[in-house]
Amino acid sequence: MNTRDYALSLGDDALVAAQRMGEWIAAAPQIEEDVAVGNIALDLLGQARSLLTYAGSLEDPVRTEDDLAYWRDEREFHNVHLVERSWGVLPERPRDFGVLVARLLVLSTYLCELYDRLSTSTDETLAAVAAKAVKEVDYHRDHATLWVLRLGDGTEESHTRMQAALDAEWPYVAELFDDAWVDPTLVERGVAVLPSTLRDPFDLRIVDVLARATLHLPDVAAAVGGGRRGVHTEQMGYVLAEMQHLTRSHPGATW
Amino acid sequence: MLTIEDLGILRSVDETDDGLLVTITPTYSGCPAMEAIRADLLAAFRDAGRDDVRVEFVLAPAWTTDWMSDEGKRKLEEFGIAPPQPRPRDGVVALTLSLRCPQCGSPDTRELSRFGSTACKSLWVCNSCAEPFDHFKAI
Repeated sequence: MNTRDYALSLGDDALVAAQRMGEWIAAAPQIEEDVAVGNIALDLLGQARSLLTYAGSLEDPVRTEDDLAYWRDEREFHNVHLVERSWGVLPERPRDFGVLVARLLVLSTYLCELYDRLSTSTDETLAAVAAKAVKEVDYHRDHATLWVLRLGDGTEESHTRMQAALDAEWPYVAELFDDAWVDPTLVERGVAVLPSTLRDPFDLRIVDVLARATLHLPDVAAAVGGGRRGVHTEQMGYVLAEMQHLTRSHPGATW
Repeated sequence: MLTIEDLGILRSVDETDDGLLVTITPTYSGCPAMEAIRADLLAAFRDAGRDDVRVEFVLAPAWTTDWMSDEGKRKLEEFGIAPPQPRPRDGVVALTLSLRCPQCGSPDTRELSRFGSTACKSLWVCNSCAEPFDHFKAI
């Protein structure tokens, strides 16, 4: 595991999260929220482009961001399971807004802590990408927090659904803080951040938001994980099929 | 005309041994205007007789609305976009200041949506003249 692998994994998180969030455009409860999700996804996609471009530049021969996004297969993606999952809690409601809000809170809170620490990485490129991205995800976290407060401390129905959405997302939180995939020498050299060290500040922030929203921290077992090793849930294939089919059906097409 | 220099996007222009090097920085990581700005720059230089121009993107230091010139802010307001306020500094308590409506000048305005037509803006509405307007977010 080297700097390329590290940048690639972080880039895959952002890319797959952005692709999934795109499903909400024109499907959110309000038109303002369509715009919000679109903008958040665009920020994440921008972060993914920088990270994948950097990862590809460290390969020999060099690969572009497009090579990496469109021409890798499932086992070559290293994103966590949290970002690849579809948006439902119940089968009859395949797109649950509560799940979007819960995931946005978890992901943006984690990314705020990660990018904040990574902005002082000894790797200049990672530090530059992170210093820019941290301002963006901070705004995402603000947005997610407003929704969690509004839904959690809202009606009985919104409270119940917000808690159910949190419970559904929570098994996938632990994987964000798993150290097993990060080479300790990268951490020693100050290139990478040890994921487990982000857990305490993450918990502090989440506990505060949930308390204000009259919600409780879910008490559920962690899911198995494996995303960092390229082992994904069955839902990952659908994400890639949609994201990659145009390029693969018409290789080299441009406009 | 609002320029990329007014916005703080243009970082430097340098004569190098292999031609002119223009360095620009994106406002947001995913800003889709970067490619268009690059193409416009190359076209403008070509019209001016320079075809030895390279345009490079840099991320560090990260762009901030504090780099926007007073002239740039004035032009934005004329165009109907409320310019960014100064960013709160560390240790200073941040108050949420009301924005002045760029259409009628009233300070009685409210945020309608935290996200607007582009990544760098939010959407506001004026309680006095009832017109919506964009606000360039301070980052």
